[in-house]
Amino acid sequence: MVMDREEKVKKLNDHKEKVNQIFQDIDYCDILQKAVKMSSEEIIEEVTNSGLRGRGGAGFPTGLKWKFAAEQDSDVKYVICNADEGEPGTFKDRRILEEQAEKVFSGMAICARAIGAKEGFIYLRGEYNYLKQDLFNRIEAFHICLKKRGIDFKIELRSGSGAYVCGEETSLIESMEGKRGEPRNKPPYPITNGYLGQPTVVNNVETLVYTAMIVHRGHEEFKALGTKDSRGAKVFSVSGDADVEGIYELELGMAINEFVDLFGDGDTKAVQVGGSSGYCVPRKKFAETVIGFEGIPTGGSMMLFNSSRSMYHVLHNYLEFFCEESCGQCTPCRVGCQQLLHGIEAIKKGEKPATYLDELRKLAETMRIASKCGLGQSVPNPFLSIVENFREEIIF
Amino acid sequence: MVNLKINDIPVAVEPGSTVLEAAQSVGMNVPTLCHHKDLCVAGNCRVCLVEVKNNRTLQASCAIPVYEGMEVLTNTLNVRNARKMVIELLLSEHRSDCTKCYKNGNCELQDLANEYRIEDRSLLDLSVDKTLDRSSPSIEKDDSKCIRCQRCVRTCTELQKVSALTVAHKGEHMKIETFMDLPLYDVVCTNCGQCVNRCPTGALVERNYIEEVWEAIDDPTKHVVVQTAPAVRVALGEELGFDPGTRVTGKMVTSLRRMGFSSVLDTDFTADLTIMEEGTELLTRLKKALVDKEDVALPMFTSCSPGWVKFIEHEYSDLTNHLSTCKSPQQMFGVLAKTYYAQKRNLDPKDIVSVSIMPCTAKKFEAERPEMKDSGFQDVDYVLTTRELARMIKQAGDNFASLPDSDYDSILGVSTGAGVIFGATGGVMEAALRTAYEIVTGREVPFENLNILPVRGMEGVKEATIKIEGCVDAWNFLEGAELKVAIAHGLRNADQLMKQLAAGTSPYHFIEIMACPGGCLGGGGQPIPTDMETRLKRTAAIYEEDENMKIRKSHENPEVAQIYEEFLEAPLGHKSHDLLHTHYTKRKKN
Repeated sequence: MVMDREEKVKKLNDHKEKVNQIFQDIDYCDILQKAVKMSSEEIIEEVTNSGLRGRGGAGFPTGLKWKFAAEQDSDVKYVICNADEGEPGTFKDRRILEEQAEKVFSGMAICARAIGAKEGFIYLRGEYNYLKQDLFNRIEAFHICLKKRGIDFKIELRSGSGAYVCGEETSLIESMEGKRGEPRNKPPYPITNGYLGQPTVVNNVETLVYTAMIVHRGHEEFKALGTKDSRGAKVFSVSGDADVEGIYELELGMAINEFVDLFGDGDTKAVQVGGSSGYCVPRKKFAETVIGFEGIPTGGSMMLFNSSRSMYHVLHNYLEFFCEESCGQCTPCRVGCQQLLHGIEAIKKGEKPATYLDELRKLAETMRIASKCGLGQSVPNPFLSIVENFREEIIF
Repeated sequence: MVNLKINDIPVAVEPGSTVLEAAQSVGMNVPTLCHHKDLCVAGNCRVCLVEVKNNRTLQASCAIPVYEGMEVLTNTLNVRNARKMVIELLLSEHRSDCTKCYKNGNCELQDLANEYRIEDRSLLDLSVDKTLDRSSPSIEKDDSKCIRCQRCVRTCTELQKVSALTVAHKGEHMKIETFMDLPLYDVVCTNCGQCVNRCPTGALVERNYIEEVWEAIDDPTKHVVVQTAPAVRVALGEELGFDPGTRVTGKMVTSLRRMGFSSVLDTDFTADLTIMEEGTELLTRLKKALVDKEDVALPMFTSCSPGWVKFIEHEYSDLTNHLSTCKSPQQMFGVLAKTYYAQKRNLDPKDIVSVSIMPCTAKKFEAERPEMKDSGFQDVDYVLTTRELARMIKQAGDNFASLPDSDYDSILGVSTGAGVIFGATGGVMEAALRTAYEIVTGREVPFENLNILPVRGMEGVKEATIKIEGCVDAWNFLEGAELKVAIAHGLRNADQLMKQLAAGTSPYHFIEIMACPGGCLGGGGQPIPTDMETRLKRTAAIYEEDENMKIRKSHENPEVAQIYEEFLEAPLGHKSHDLLHTHYTKRKKN
């Protein structure tokens, strides 16, 4: 179905009317007012019943995470807002923090109440430093609002230094502790041994906003959107060869072909769902692929490629990124990324036969099960999905 | 206890155990590289992967704790293939010129490559021929051999609190660097060689001087003397087919003699001499403090461990006046070989080449210190580690196991049990107490069979108090005094005592510090692997050697008496001062 730009914008407005939760202006003090009247159990029940799953990409059920943290017997617990938005093609958290920071803070305060924490941190991506002063001022104002309601909670800002891996929650915590940003061995998980060894909940910016909205308007409204496995809506960052670009909140469970109809330029040959660590969906699979936890989950990045793009270059670009951004501690990720990158270069140059691609696929499969953290485990996602669907473009 | 199943075999282990430990407890071997029993868990090489039921990914068995009902598989096709791929990846970034490598035949990566039959490697060679850092006289660093297991980094930080080596950069650029990637010689490195002892490949090795020593032996104009440190004799056997804890003193002496050394002598002799000098120095300091009311630096620290000496010179340079001015036994030996020994043997010191066999890499640096030339020449010319000696023995073609025992040559060859125990943590203290107590009271130390057990053992910091009663006239001022002593091994432990001293709360009179865990027997130059198990076995052997000695007190060493009579006159005398004592250098902290 080919729509012109006007039609697309009109359709997108229809979507916005249906799901507008993240960017809707509401009084955050109202949310807090409601939250202080709720017990820890009531908050956790509400969030659990909503079916909300983490919006950073991994999709861990948020209610369950809070429940585990609440069950920890410790006087000191922490809430961390993961604002280290580093996935290539994702830029929605930046806008949420620019426009709706108070809703993020409210989500943190609600989480703190649910799990029994008194301190929260926002780990802000190094490149977003320009936001620091504004956020600082808004945190100050928010603290006053908390104080008025007798809520014992404070938020501190921490800056990242530009490492992609610090979006992984244990690396983020290491970085906050002043150490090298590297993933920890898990278990133990942050829920039991997080920041400074204390129980810690790490949630994505967007997740926290949704929890605030769920508490504000009840879980039913949230749950009514999306599918059985992917409740609610989510914010997408749309880029690439798109007719309409930018940040859109859409219901989960949409098929890729519907998405391409809305955003594509009429010549879309592939969509990279979930950024560099996500999957590449080729045109022939648009209709059968759903955006959501039952299909392909995404932290928000949706990159469209039209037929003018070389998928070799796309993959090459991702692999260069991973060679650079692997923390370097574990063998499969550190060396594997380099082997994949230089391997496809060697095939392209004819230094290795086309069959070498099969060796690289084996390597990628090993990286998926042998790497220490999600970074190395997800490098095979773009590699295998591009190589399998665009083999000719890689080899010739 | 936690119950789990490994390959369907029921296993019960303590809570908190790792899967690796559980597997080992039932005799199952899981390959490891980054794992080392002395160090914290890293879980980064990924060689020890296993399958855990209901896990999407494979798990590093060294890092994953057991839980009730856990089901683990260590030998599936999936596991073997993943391990094989990981080893192949490591080999692809490792400059694998095995036949040219110093660690050929003693390389954990090579062993794994062999075990997993990595023959048809298809991956690209990513290795880079980086510049070799040979700035240090003790340690060579070759980044092209490094597999980033970080054992060295953890060693330097956790055990030694020195952090000369750290992880720098990320991704493909990640490597193990010194501060600002400066040459090893220019950074705060104590040369202890604990990193060398734990490096699984040839990325960190000792600077070896084997060829230089062979050349000296082969030179008819040279008289080559060799001294062997106490800790070498209880560890050398491990490199030559013996179990840890086997004493091979007699075979070692025979082998050295067969190699062609002109004289095979014993560092233990100068260990005894050290006790005479250092014991007297301690008593003199105590007298100055208690009787003359002079402002004198107490507690006094031992100065035998060159890693420790360099550590204090860097980290606590204001406190070096607490160090005994005594040279280490190696250096006392070196200077005496080219003076006293030369005279006795009617040799020109310029023709003497002095070689020492040490459990230590820092001794190589110590021998090259500019102040260690009191004989008019470099006192010790070449320092070889236990490992280098083992290599020479193999090169010489001796069937070590079948060699007969023989005794050290004389002079500078007679020693006591007190000299031997210098090799173990607490040994210098024990030897000093055996002598000092007897000088002061005229009686043997009040411990059964001279064994001062409170100063022995593997506790990081040990302390003891000895009440001095029944003094002879000259030492009457010590009557009723309680001598408080402490012992630390491993520089992290040493640092605790230093912090206490810097804070002005140190209650001690005398402190023994050895840079390496377990003392010299756990030295950086000792056979690989060295871990708690081997350290304990070598310790037992050291004390066994002591018990078997006819003389067990330094002051009863007849050659020590002889050298004072013929040459040195008296402890702390003028000649001793010139030859056996030294001074220290202030070094920067970074």
